[in-house]
Amino acid sequence: MAKPTFDTPELKPYQEVPDIPHIEPGAMAHSRPFMAKPEHNESIGYPGELVDNWQEAGVKRLGELVEGSKALRVFLDTCVKCGACTDKCHYFLGTADPKNMPVARQDLLRSVYRRYYTFAGKYFPKLVGAKDFDKEVLDDWYNYFHQCSQCRRCSVFCPYGIDTAEISMAAREVMDSIGVGQKYCNEILGKVHVVGNNLGLPEPALKDTLEGLEEDVEEDTGIPIRFPLDEKGADILLITPSADFFAEPHIDGLIGYAKVFHQAGASWTLSSYASEAANFSMFIGSGANLKKTAQRIRDAAEELGVKRIIVGECGHAWRVAYSFWNTLVGPFDFLDPKYPAPMHIVEYTYDLIQRGVLKLDKEANDHRRITFHDSCNVARASRMGNMPGGQFILPREVLKACANNFYDMPPDTIHEKTFCCGGGGGLLTDDLMELRVKGAMPRMQALKQVVDEYEVNTLVAICAICKTQFAKTLPYYEYPMSMITSLHEVVGDAIQLGSND
Amino acid sequence: MGELNVGGKTVAVDEEGYLENRDEWDMDIAKAIAEAEGLEMTDNHWEVVNFLREYYDEYQIAPAVRVLTKAIGKKLGKDKGNSKYLYELFPYGPAKQACKIAGLPKPTGCV
Repeated sequence: MAKPTFDTPELKPYQEVPDIPHIEPGAMAHSRPFMAKPEHNESIGYPGELVDNWQEAGVKRLGELVEGSKALRVFLDTCVKCGACTDKCHYFLGTADPKNMPVARQDLLRSVYRRYYTFAGKYFPKLVGAKDFDKEVLDDWYNYFHQCSQCRRCSVFCPYGIDTAEISMAAREVMDSIGVGQKYCNEILGKVHVVGNNLGLPEPALKDTLEGLEEDVEEDTGIPIRFPLDEKGADILLITPSADFFAEPHIDGLIGYAKVFHQAGASWTLSSYASEAANFSMFIGSGANLKKTAQRIRDAAEELGVKRIIVGECGHAWRVAYSFWNTLVGPFDFLDPKYPAPMHIVEYTYDLIQRGVLKLDKEANDHRRITFHDSCNVARASRMGNMPGGQFILPREVLKACANNFYDMPPDTIHEKTFCCGGGGGLLTDDLMELRVKGAMPRMQALKQVVDEYEVNTLVAICAICKTQFAKTLPYYEYPMSMITSLHEVVGDAIQLGSND
Repeated sequence: MGELNVGGKTVAVDEEGYLENRDEWDMDIAKAIAEAEGLEMTDNHWEVVNFLREYYDEYQIAPAVRVLTKAIGKKLGKDKGNSKYLYELFPYGPAKQACKIAGLPKPTGCV
């Protein structure tokens, strides 16, 4: 891998109102992810390459999207350029490129919408900043709509509640529809449709990996803990990101889930057909692919005859599951109505702790001084438990039940104001490393505050993207990669196995 | 798309330098890719690369990091069966950098 050709931002002491960087026009104009090959685009139903009449076709597709979504139309029409969003974006704070101010990035699309779909823009384009959809605009779209992680932090501060992510998703859908796809997302989605997961991990490899885990965990703990696959008649189907089978620290989280299930005496299984929680269709704004990907999970649940579906540690997957599954592939009336459908693994573990089913030894985690990173799609697009803000409360309560040392990062960087890890929304790819490192800066700054004040050495997350992003970017800020930890690794280390036997 | 020229042989590689066709792989190509990554191949590097290729032949995918560390621990001794050691060999990450040198496709997804 070539040495980085960019400077890692300097971490300044955390301050509640961040310094707004001096703008550097064009600072990230070169940042552009690899384009999808024709076969990647075609495998998910898009034209392979830029179509001949792309301007006309792109404008038409934009019109269809606006026609089909009142929300999108409102988001495009109501912005008053008040500027409240400008300094809320981690990519703007980290790169200083003015086109990464959320309002400016959105305006790349808004100016085209205005040109073709508003009276003033059709007749007086220059007066209202309306622009033709030309090659220069398309290039700007490709560069800058791949510098938005759709984390929606700016939306929290927008007085009109404009959902920026919807605009980024629409831009990517328009581009895909004319044959301009991003390699990382589109290649992965093609694999899900064929193999069942983002990795392209076939059933024999998954089986071998899980058997290996059973051996390892028994060797470590002396207790035979199972990692069942395709077991018909199990009560629970676990749908988890495929990174949990492959990468570190993700796999330690998977071991934690298995310990929880074991200790609860639960009957559970994974599915080789639906071996992926992630649904990158959301990142590219593709309704058709969103449904097709989610359908695999419903089909697997019915085929296996399970009573419950539990979702593992994956941020955007939980948004898709919690907010969209029922509309996309519901109703889930074949599941046991006693339980939430779907249920998050953190809700499951929290409930067991509340009922005293898990015996936990907090001292087993005394070597850890822990903070928790709220993942954007969990924080701002879903919920957990039966209380408002449960998505913030439950993971912290689980951690506090498993460990003695817990310290939150500054309030303006957690809960609904959490900063994105810098790699969400389909940007977790090596070709965007500069963007990822710079976009991680605000989170790293908040982390530095608790490292300096409380000697925090463990950054816990419940999202596969966040975990990989931090594993890669922490070292740029001179923190060890091993700081990033799965929530269920902390749980797994505290569980007193065998205590119920 | 790019090309890699090694000892008179030309092979196709993708934007990031991963081989397009893994059947074209040989040890000289591996050495050339490693050199471009700033790595010198030692016996221990070859152990990892050879294991990756064997695993891929059987399962059509690279092994999970944990599967790899376990296998390397068996071959090179338990003190080397951990990801820290693998990162010493392949600083950009055993999964991606070692796969590239082994001529295998890049693992995709949230990894």
